[in-house]
Amino acid sequence: MARTGPKNSARRVLTWLGAIFVVLTAVLAGGVMTGHASWAPKLALDLEGGTQMILAPRVEGASDINEEQLNQAVAIIRQRVDGSGVAEAEISTQSGRNVVVSLPGTPSKETRDLIQASADMNFRPVIAAGDPAAVPAEQRTPDDKLPKPTAEPANASDNNWVTGDVVKEFEALDCVNPSTEKRDRSDPAKPLVACEPATDKTPAVKYILGPVEVKGQDISDSTFSQVQGAQGSVTNSWGVNIVFNGDATAKFKAVTERLNQFYVAAQAQGTEDPKSQFAIVLDDKVISAPRALAVITDGKPQITGNFTQASAKALSDQLRYGALPISFEIQSQEQISATLGGDQLRLGLLAGMIGLLLVVVYSLFQYRALGLVTIASLVVAGLLTYLAIAILGWTENYRLSLAGVAGLIVAIGQTADSFIVYFERIRDELRDGRGLVSAVENGWKRAKRTVLASKAVNLLAALVLYFVAVGNVRGFAFTLGLTALADLLVVFMFTHPMLQVLARTKFFGEGHRFSGLSPDRLGAVPLYRGAGRLRTPEDKPTPVRPRNAGAAAEAERRMTIAERRLAAKGQLTGSSNGSKEEK
Amino acid sequence: MTTSFATFGHELYTGKRSYNFVNSKKIWFIIAAVAVALSILTPVVKGGFNLGIEFRGGSEFTVSNVSTTDAALGERAVHEVVPDAIPRVANVAGNTMRIQTDQLTDDETNRIKDGLTSAYGVTENEVTSNFVGPTWGQDVTRQALIGLVVFVGLAAVLMALYFRTWKMSLSALVGMLVTMFTTAGVYALSDFEVTPSAIIGFLTVLSYSLYDTVVVFDKIRENTSDITTSTRRTFGEEVNLAVNQTLVRSINTMMVAVLPVAAILFIGAGLLGAGTLRDLSLALFVGILIGTAATIFIAAPLYAWLRQGEPELVKQAKKVAHRRAEATV
Repeated sequence: MARTGPKNSARRVLTWLGAIFVVLTAVLAGGVMTGHASWAPKLALDLEGGTQMILAPRVEGASDINEEQLNQAVAIIRQRVDGSGVAEAEISTQSGRNVVVSLPGTPSKETRDLIQASADMNFRPVIAAGDPAAVPAEQRTPDDKLPKPTAEPANASDNNWVTGDVVKEFEALDCVNPSTEKRDRSDPAKPLVACEPATDKTPAVKYILGPVEVKGQDISDSTFSQVQGAQGSVTNSWGVNIVFNGDATAKFKAVTERLNQFYVAAQAQGTEDPKSQFAIVLDDKVISAPRALAVITDGKPQITGNFTQASAKALSDQLRYGALPISFEIQSQEQISATLGGDQLRLGLLAGMIGLLLVVVYSLFQYRALGLVTIASLVVAGLLTYLAIAILGWTENYRLSLAGVAGLIVAIGQTADSFIVYFERIRDELRDGRGLVSAVENGWKRAKRTVLASKAVNLLAALVLYFVAVGNVRGFAFTLGLTALADLLVVFMFTHPMLQVLARTKFFGEGHRFSGLSPDRLGAVPLYRGAGRLRTPEDKPTPVRPRNAGAAAEAERRMTIAERRLAAKGQLTGSSNGSKEEK
Repeated sequence: MTTSFATFGHELYTGKRSYNFVNSKKIWFIIAAVAVALSILTPVVKGGFNLGIEFRGGSEFTVSNVSTTDAALGERAVHEVVPDAIPRVANVAGNTMRIQTDQLTDDETNRIKDGLTSAYGVTENEVTSNFVGPTWGQDVTRQALIGLVVFVGLAAVLMALYFRTWKMSLSALVGMLVTMFTTAGVYALSDFEVTPSAIIGFLTVLSYSLYDTVVVFDKIRENTSDITTSTRRTFGEEVNLAVNQTLVRSINTMMVAVLPVAAILFIGAGLLGAGTLRDLSLALFVGILIGTAATIFIAAPLYAWLRQGEPELVKQAKKVAHRRAEATV
C-alpha cells in the first residue's frame, strides 16, 4: 500500500505533539527570561490575597456613561493609583459600565479615598514657575526673608497671593520624583503649588498657581487639528482647539487680556514671563501650561506647542472628559487576606490531587495496564493546560481563580470519560474478532465521532457559561473550555498514537492477562462501556455497519473469535460468563 | 463484586433483567409532580432562598486562625461600630469565623474589620472583608436571572434542533425542568447558600443533564428505528429496554463525573467551610444526581407515554400481543 502504516503515522503524530510542547515551553521560557512572565501561573485575588474595588463612574447630569467617558475614567484612576505609589495595580472595565481596580495587599484609607474622589479640572493662572527639584534644606529661604504680603490680591495673577507658606511649600515640593504621599484636594479659592510632569520632550516644571479662574466644566468641546499658518496653509504642527461655553467666554477673555499684557511686556524685553501662562490642572496636577499669545474673545483658544498628533489627541481627550464632573460610587469592595488566599489555594490543589487519585484508581482497576495509558494522557493534558494558563497569564494577564481551579478538577472526570469511550470501542472491535491492531484503528474511527460530539457539547456549554457568568465565576467556564480543548488535543495526538504503538507490542498484542485487553476480560461485559453501541449476541444486534455485519453475525452465534482462539489454545477459563447467553 | 456488577450490566443489556421504568411511570410522574410542587412552594412559604451577599448586598467578614471561636466577640465588634446591626456569626470550619451583616457603608465595613482584628486577636492579614453595595447586588441578581433564562432557552432550542420530533424535545425539556426545579427545591429546603458559584454549578449541571438525555434518547431512537415492522416488542418495551441498556452507562458516567466533584465538596465544605469551592461542588453534586435520575425516571417514560396513543403504534402493539399469544399456544 502506498499509505504509510499506522505505526509510522503514530510516530509522526507523537513527534508533532512533542514539537508543540517544545514550542510552548520555549515561548514561556523566553517570556521568563525577559522578565515579563513567570513559570507559575498568575493567581487571582482570591488565591493570593489583595483588594478589589468595583467603582461605578457617575457623570453629573447624565444617566449613562459611554465608552469614551469610561476610558477616561479609567485613565484618571490609573493616574491616581500610579501616583499613590501602589505597584502592580490592575485597572480594567467591566460590563461597559464599571471600573474594576485590583490592588495587592491592603490599601490604606487614604489610597481608597483617593481612588473614589471625584475628578476635578480647572484653569489657574501661573504666578511663578521654577526648577522642578526640591530646594535642599540649607538653601531654603529663611523665615525672615519670606514674603509677607499685606495687601489683598487685586486679581488672580497678583503676587500678593504668594505668602510665606506658599513659598515654603514651593521649595519643599519635589517634581522630579513626585512623592507618593497624598495631599488633600486643593481649595479653588487659594493658590496652589503643583507639578507638571516631565514628557519625552520637556522636563518637569514646578509652578505656583493662582486661584481657579475658569472651571473645567465650562469647556463645551475640545478637538485637535493641524495648525493653520498665517496664510491659511496647513503646517506640520498640531494644536488643540477648545470651545468654552457662554459664561466662560467672558471670563476667559478677561483672563487672556491680563495674561497677554505680561506676554507682550516680556516679549518687548526679549524674555518670557511665567505670568503669561495659564495652567490646565487635573486632580491638582498641571497637564499643560500654555502662554496667552493673544486675547481670546470668542472663547475658542487654540493651544499650540510641541504637540505630536498623539499628544494633541491625548490633551484634547483629557480636556473633553476631564471637563466632566465624574464621581465614583463604590459598588463592591473585597479584601481577601493573604492567609485565606493561601489556604484556598492549598486546599484547592489538595482537592485536585484527591480527585485525580480517585480517577486513576478507577482506571487501573478497570483497565489494568491500559489504565497507565489513561494516566499518561491525563498527565500530558495537565501539562498542556498548565503551559496554556502560564502563557495566557503572561500575554492576556489571565489570572487563575478558585473557580478556575474547580473547573480544572471537574474537567478531570470529563477527560477520563473520553478515554473510556475510546477503550470500550476497541474492546467492542476485539469482541467482533478483529486483531488488536485493526481493532485500534476501527475503534478509533467510531470513537472519534463520539468524543468530538461530547467535547463540542462541553465547549458550547463553557462558552455560554462564560458569557452568562457573573463576577469571578467566569474562571470556571474558562478552564472548563480550556481543558475540553486540551482533552481533544491529547486524545487525537497522544492517546490514539500511543495505542497504535502499543498494539504492536507483545504485551498488548497477545492479550496478556494484565493488559486490560485479554479475551477473558473481554468476554465479561465490562463495568463501563462508554457512549453508544453495546453488543449483544442474544438479541437483535444493534445495527452495525455493513462492513462488520458478517463478523457481528458470527459473534452472535458463537463466542467471540478471540475467545475461540484462546479456547483453542486451551487458556480460556470461566467462559460461561462470556458473551453467549446459554439458553 | 466486579463480576457480579458485570453480570448485572450484561443481564440488563440482554433484557434478562429489566427494571420497569416505563410501566411504573405513573408513580414517577406523581413523585416528580410532588417534588416540583414542593420546590415551588417552599421558597414561597419560607420567603425566598438563602441568598449570598453577592445577591443581597451586605458585608461579610472571614477571620482565619482565630484562637477562640466565641461568637460573642464578633457580635460585639459589629455592635461597637453599628449598634443596631444584626450580625450572623458562625464558625464555618476549624479556626475560621464568618460574620455577615446587612447593608453597611464601606466606611463602617472597614472599621468593623479593624474591630474584628483586635477582638479575635489575629493580624490584619488574616481578616477578609467583602462589601457589596445595594446596586451591585441588584445588578448581579439581574445578570444571574438573565443568564438562567438564556441558558435554558438555548438548551431548549438545541434539543428541538437535535431531536427534531417535538415529542422527544418536549420530554427532554420536561426532564430538564424537573431537574431544575427539584435542585432549586433542595436548596430552598436545606438553606444552602445561593451564590454566583452555585448558579454556575447549577447551569453546568443543566448542560450535563442535557448530554445525558441525548445519549439515552439516541439509544431509544436506535431501538425504535424500525418499530413499525418489528413484532418482538411494543414501543413502550423498546423504550424501557433502551433505558435499561443505558442504565449502566448512565450510572458510570455519573460516577466518573461525581468523583472529582465529591473530592472538591469534601475539601470545600469540610476544610474550608464556605466559599466558592463548596457552593460550586454542592450544586454540581446535587444536580448531577437529580439530573441522572430525571432522565431515567421522567424523560424516557414521558416520551413513551406521549407516543403510545399513536394509531400506528397501537396497531403494532396489537401485533405483538397477537404474536405472543400465538407463541404460547
